[in-house]
Order: sequence, then C-alpha cells, then structure tokens
Amino acid sequence: MPRLLLFIPLVLFIVLGAFLWKGLSIDPRELPSALLNKPFPAFKVAALRDANKILTKADFMGKPVLVNVWATWCPSCRKEHAQLLAIAKEARVPVIGLNYKDDRNAALAWLEQLGDPYQFNIFDERGMLGLDLGVYGAPETYLLDEKGIIRYRQVGVMTAQAWAEFKVMLDKGWQDEAI
Amino acid sequence: MKLFKTFLIMLAVVSSFLTVSHAAIEVYQFDDPEKTARFKQFTAELRCPKCQNQNLADSNAEIARDLRAKLQQMLTADKSDDEIVTYMIDRYGDFVLYKPRVSSQTYLLWFGPFLLLIIALIIVFFIVRRRSKRPAVHNDSEATLDKQQQQELNRLLKK
Repeated sequence: MPRLLLFIPLVLFIVLGAFLWKGLSIDPRELPSALLNKPFPAFKVAALRDANKILTKADFMGKPVLVNVWATWCPSCRKEHAQLLAIAKEARVPVIGLNYKDDRNAALAWLEQLGDPYQFNIFDERGMLGLDLGVYGAPETYLLDEKGIIRYRQVGVMTAQAWAEFKVMLDKGWQDEAI
Repeated sequence: MKLFKTFLIMLAVVSSFLTVSHAAIEVYQFDDPEKTARFKQFTAELRCPKCQNQNLADSNAEIARDLRAKLQQMLTADKSDDEIVTYMIDRYGDFVLYKPRVSSQTYLLWFGPFLLLIIALIIVFFIVRRRSKRPAVHNDSEATLDKQQQQELNRLLKK
C-alpha cells in the first residue's frame, strides 16, 4: 500500500497536465451567451432607414432569422460584409441588422457603398438593446428561432466556416432544447 | 546629488499630474456617499466583458463605459445590490463577476481550499501520531555506541 501511495504525485501531475492542456485550446474571448435558449429581449427601437418607424420583436417573429450586430466603426464588420451578402443571397434565413452605437448617415452610406444584405436594420444608437442582448463588441451574430428564442451566437467575424455552423444548427432544429 | 533630487521632484510632480488627468476622464456623482461607495465597490468587482482581465473601473472599452453609465443609472434609481448583480449576470453571465456567487457550481471554488487544509491537517496528524508511537530511534542509536566507539567519538570531537 505505501508503495502505491508513491504514485500520488504522478497521478496529480497527469490530472493537472490534462487540465492545462485543455486550457491551451480554449479561447478565453469566447464567452458563453447568458441568453442562449432564452428569448430575445423585447425592444422598441427606430429603424435605420426610417427614423419614424418603430421596430419591435414582432417584426421578426414567426420564422428563424439571423440578427447581425454591426457598426461602421468596426473594422471586422467590413471584413464579414461579403459573407453576409452571400448569406442574404443564399436566402436560407433572412438577415436582420442591429446597427450598434453608430451614426445614421455613416451607416446608410456604408450600405450604399458595400451593398445591403439586411432585410431591415434596427438603429440602436445608444447601445441599450445591445446591452440587453449581452453584446460586448461588434460584430456578433445571433440565430433566433421562430419564437424569437436565441439558439446560437457567434462572436466575431462571420466566416464561411461560422456560417456552416449556423446551417448545422438550422438543420438540426431545436424542439427539445426549448425551456 | 542635487540634480538627482530635482529629477525625483520632477518625477513626482509629473506622476501626480498623470493620475489627476486619468481620474478626470469621467465623473460620476451621487448625492449619497453610500452610493458612491457602492459604485466604487461594483466597478471594482464587476469584470469588463470585452477585456480579459480588467474590471469596469479600469477599462476604457466602450462596453465598460456603457455599463458604468448603466450602473450609475441603477444606483440612482435605488436598485438593490441583488437587482444590479442579477441585471449583469442575465446579460453577461457569471463571467462578469470577479467574486463568484456561492452556488452548486462554485462550491469547489469557495470551499476547496478549506477542504485541502483539512486534508492536510489530517495527514499531518497521522504522520505525527505514527512518529510518536514509534520507539525513539535517535536515543536508541546513541545508546548502542559501545565504549570504544564513544572514545573514538570524543577523540574526533576534541579535534
């Protein structure tokens, strides 16, 4: 028995090593969304193209949608724009923009210049909807189901690879995960 | 030497300016000193979601600024500590807490060190007890020196 006890340090070392090894491949910037499988927060915010039009959650309920958080001050948003255009062209799900803490004219000019993948844009000038949504920096993209429940979140640039993940989620469905 | 002293004084003056200008970036005022204290406490204990290791007080990130403004708003609206913490967690998850809540998920974190201490004390207790039960080894070995050995030892020690 005492001889076996001599292996304790080795076992501890292996356990610690396994944890540290796993830690190497975890991206600390990827936070689990606190709102995953929870309803998209209710809101009443003006549209980007028409300041007098007030958008609410009802405007995108009834079918799965992508909500993309973007801003003209965000360089990564420019990077992902082509991918968003491709997604809009694929027409698998409508893409809705959440223009986050931005300038209206700059945002409109951006859409004019780079093309507009969005069905419509929510103009969240002060970032209060973003705050309710747990956004901590653009770009972020959310997949909502037909009931407006958040099913998937992508933080950072929407790449072709990331879009493939979204499509896996769309194919899989989410009946059993609802709460 | 005098030059060095002047240099030190200049350094002190410059650094005092630095801290002043830093503090002047944003000013949050409360009518109640108790709220000011809570604001300080919260900004120290809430973590900025965007930056990896800064609290809300230290961070210059856009989101940290928004959260500080939100915090002030909530404190002014007489929200309780619980309400404020719940608000933050509902949006940003447990990640924002530098001081994690005590829950079934964090029992190990909170009580693990005490558990380790207790285990260590138990181990020490058993080791000590085993040692004290064992016949005193050192006295025995001393006693086994015969006369000749003792003389040899004395001779060596004298040297």
